[in-house]
Parts: sequence; C-alpha cells; structure tokens
Amino acid sequence: MTQNKWYKKLYISTILAFLYMPIAVLIIYSFNGSKSRTVWSGFSFKWYIELFQDKLIMHSLLNTLIVGLIASVLATILGTAAAVGIYAYRNKVLRSAVMNVTYMPILNPEIVMGVSLLLLFVYAKEKMYVPIELGLTTLIIAHVTFCTPYVILNVLPKLRQMDKNTYEAAMDLGCNPFQSFFKVVVPEIMPGIVTGFLLALTYSIDDFIISYFVSSGATQTLPVTIGSMVRKRISPKINALSTIIFVVVLVVLLIVNFVGAEKEKASMKKVKGGSFR
Amino acid sequence: MKKSSLFSLPYIVWSFIFVVIPMLLVIVFAFTTTDGQFTIENISQVSTYTPVFVRSIWLAFLSTVICLILGYPMAFIMSRALPYNRRTLVMLIMLPMWINFLLRTFAWMTLLENNGVINSLITMLGFKPLRMINTQGAVILGMVYNYLPFMIMPLYSVMTKIDNSVIEAAQDLGASSINTFVRVIIPLSLPGITTGITMVFIPAISTFIISRMLGGGSNMLIGDLIDTKFLGNAYNPNLGSAISLVLMVFVLLFMSVLNQFDTSEEKEGMVI
Repeated sequence: MTQNKWYKKLYISTILAFLYMPIAVLIIYSFNGSKSRTVWSGFSFKWYIELFQDKLIMHSLLNTLIVGLIASVLATILGTAAAVGIYAYRNKVLRSAVMNVTYMPILNPEIVMGVSLLLLFVYAKEKMYVPIELGLTTLIIAHVTFCTPYVILNVLPKLRQMDKNTYEAAMDLGCNPFQSFFKVVVPEIMPGIVTGFLLALTYSIDDFIISYFVSSGATQTLPVTIGSMVRKRISPKINALSTIIFVVVLVVLLIVNFVGAEKEKASMKKVKGGSFR
Repeated sequence: MKKSSLFSLPYIVWSFIFVVIPMLLVIVFAFTTTDGQFTIENISQVSTYTPVFVRSIWLAFLSTVICLILGYPMAFIMSRALPYNRRTLVMLIMLPMWINFLLRTFAWMTLLENNGVINSLITMLGFKPLRMINTQGAVILGMVYNYLPFMIMPLYSVMTKIDNSVIEAAQDLGASSINTFVRVIIPLSLPGITTGITMVFIPAISTFIISRMLGGGSNMLIGDLIDTKFLGNAYNPNLGSAISLVLMVFVLLFMSVLNQFDTSEEKEGMVI
C-alpha cells in the first residue's frame, strides 16, 4: 500500500498543480509591468508600490486587524467562560438547547447569518431607536457571534479530559473558587483556549460573507474591499496583495510546522527514553 | 462545581440577542408585508425562483461529487504516508485555504478569461480560443477549487484512525483490493465522508460571489438572489428573508438526512 507507484505520483502532482497553478499565475503577474493580465511586459514592483499608496486598502487592512483582535479576544473570553459553564450543567435539556444554539452559526449558511444580523441591526436602529450604525461596532459584534462557538468547541474537550479532583483539591487546600479556577483549571485547558483564539482570529480576518452584510461603505474589512475591487476587475494591485498574503501565510505555516516537528521529535525521545528504563 | 454553570450566562444572553433573535427576525420578515401585516405572499413568491434553486442544488451537488472523487484518494494516500510526507502534504493542502477565497477565485478569472492565460496558450499553439468564463462549468470549477480542502481534511482525519492491520487482515482473508476498498475502507471512513459532504455542499449551495465572478450574470444562484434582495437593486428584505428561510430549512433537512448515515458516537447536543 505504501509503494510509490507512478500513477499515484501522477495523481498527487495533478492535484497539487490544480491547487497551486492559479496562485502561481497571480504571483507571476503581480510583477508584470503593464496592467494586462495576459501580456508580459517586463518585471516591475510598480503594483506593490501602488498597493501601499492605496489609502482604501491600507485603511481596510487596519480595520481587519482591529476587528480581528478585538473580536477574537472577546470571543475567547466569552467562549471559555461559556464552556466552563456548559461543562457544569446537570440539566440535559438546557445543555442540548445551548449546544444547538452554539452549532447554529457553524451549520447555518453564512449568508443567512449575515442577512439575519443585518436585519437585527437595521430593525434595532429603525424600530427600537438603538443608536447603532453599520461599521466597526456591528462588525465586531458579528465576528464575536460567529467566532465564539469555535472557542467553546475547542475548550469543552479539554475540560472533559481534565481530572475533576484537582479543582476540588485546590478548594480543600484553601483556595477560593476564583483562585482555584485561574490557578488550576485555566492552565489545564490552556491549549484549547489558544487553539480557539487562533481559529477565531483566522476566521475573523478571512471572513467575507458576513462582514459584507454588516459593514458600511465607509468602514470595510480587507476581504470586503477585495470583494468590491474584484467586481470592478482592478487586477494588478490585487495580485500584489495576494502575493504578500501568500508569503506571510507560507512563512507562518513553515514556522508552525517546524516547531511542531521539533516538539514531536522531543516527545519521541522522551517516550524512547522511558521505554529503555 | 454547580455555581460555575453561571459562567455561561453572558454567552447565553449574547447568543440569544445575536443568534436567536436574528433568526426569529428572518422568520417574522418572511411572513410579513412591508407594513408588518401577516402574509404568506413572500413564501409563495419564492416558487417563482424555482429555476435558481434547481440550478444551485444541481451545481452544489456536482461540485460535492467531484470533490469527493478527487479528494478521497488524496486523503487515503495522506493517511498512509510516512510522518514527514504526511505533514508536508497536509501543509500543501491547507496552504491555499489560508488565502481568501475571493483572491483564489480571482486567480481563476485571470486564467479562464476570453483573452486570459489559458486561451493565450491555446491560440499560441494554433487552436481556436475556448469560451470558458461565464459558463456553469467555470462556476463548478471555482467551487471545486475552493472547497476541495474541506473535503480532504475531514476524510484524512478519519482515515488516520483506520488501523493498517484491519486492511491487511481483509487482504489476508482473501479480499481483492476492490473488495477491501468497498467493504472495509469506505465503511470505516463514512463519518469523514458525511462531514466532507456537509462542509462542501453547504457553502457551495449558499455561495454568492463565486457564481458572479466566474458565471457572469446568467448563472445566478440562491446566494446572489438573497444578496440582490438585501443590498442589491431589487431591494425587498421580506422576500429576501423568505428565500433565506427556505434555504435554511433545506440545509437543515439535508443535514438531518445526512446525519442518519453518520454512525460516530460524538454528537453531543445535536438534535438535528
């Protein structure tokens, strides 16, 4: 099963070519001297310079970072607290009701989520006179709403793996509930919290569909701006932007992968050392 | 530990305001006129868009099937590969997912356009240029390209749990490779198949910008329809809500049918 037959190699290379060919074309044409997407007219950094001079793009990049950081921090706090609470539920009906609501933003089509939040914001403003405008606030609210479930679903399994007695032991040894929570429970579930936070941050930065419905013309996140640029087909700057994003992601993934491999090696050594004794 | 259940209170309040109430608003809007009178006019009007629904379901179905056929062997190869190769392949499959789907779809626009990269290659070789952009094929291609990793990853994570000795046992007991595949590997990877189908079909059926970028104006999908009712030129949030409601009900029904095939035990709190 593990032999490398030629058709297997051919198949893998075809799939990878399919995945990377468009990205390669984007990168190559980001260095094109002319505006054309087909005619090559010399190497140039023109579009990169124009990209950084584009106020709209830079402004929406800033918005993306602001919304992403605030929303993922809020979602992490809200979601971690929620997971601790849900874990303690004894009532099965309540538990499954809360879990179903938690799955809602994940399972529901994104466009329905976006439309429903838009309806809420417009309704609140026009019918209930809540002073809310489409912009940063609505973006942050929407992002917290769809990010929190991912935090909950990453923290809950860690809580289940935890030894319940450690919390009670801390209480018996004189900690108050808050001390035993922050000194015993939080360190135990930290990996889940970190994964949840990173997922929330990635989803927030990458989100187009929901942001599209809850942002305004004046306040947009980067994906929403890209969306409107793509429709107008202003190409070369988008190519430059994609190339930068690709390189950043590649570097981050390589670092993560390298650290992961090192950790794995270290733990393998430990296991081996253990078995020798 | 009981007191700690209070920790979930802020989340419950939050999701009530920003998940439950918005959903209720969609339902209320779907069943009212612009002056707030009860009506079933909107829902019945949805039927005039049957061709759009049929097209969306058909294209999403085709994309899901193609993703499954293309992705299944990949997931299997990855799950049987050596640890180093496995990590590299996982990274290579995940990497494009981290680039915004608009940019990936835009890349295909560049390739498929009438005077795009592929057509210039074709004409350079002396053939007639093909009409590729603004076709249903282009929309399917865009969906497959964007959602293929969503099919491969769940399949892969289920397949890594399949023990090699189970496959070897089947072969030792005289099963042909086709028989091993159909009777052992497919049943054991079923949870991955259902998750993969869900993760491809649902975004595919509700997408709205891929179809506009690659399919032109003539291949409108449900998502585009909803968009025009809320932010586009055919502003009518009541009808838009009715369409959203129908889409949501369809998706929930689809998932509950698919869940019948899923035999995995971790389904806490999932009623649907």
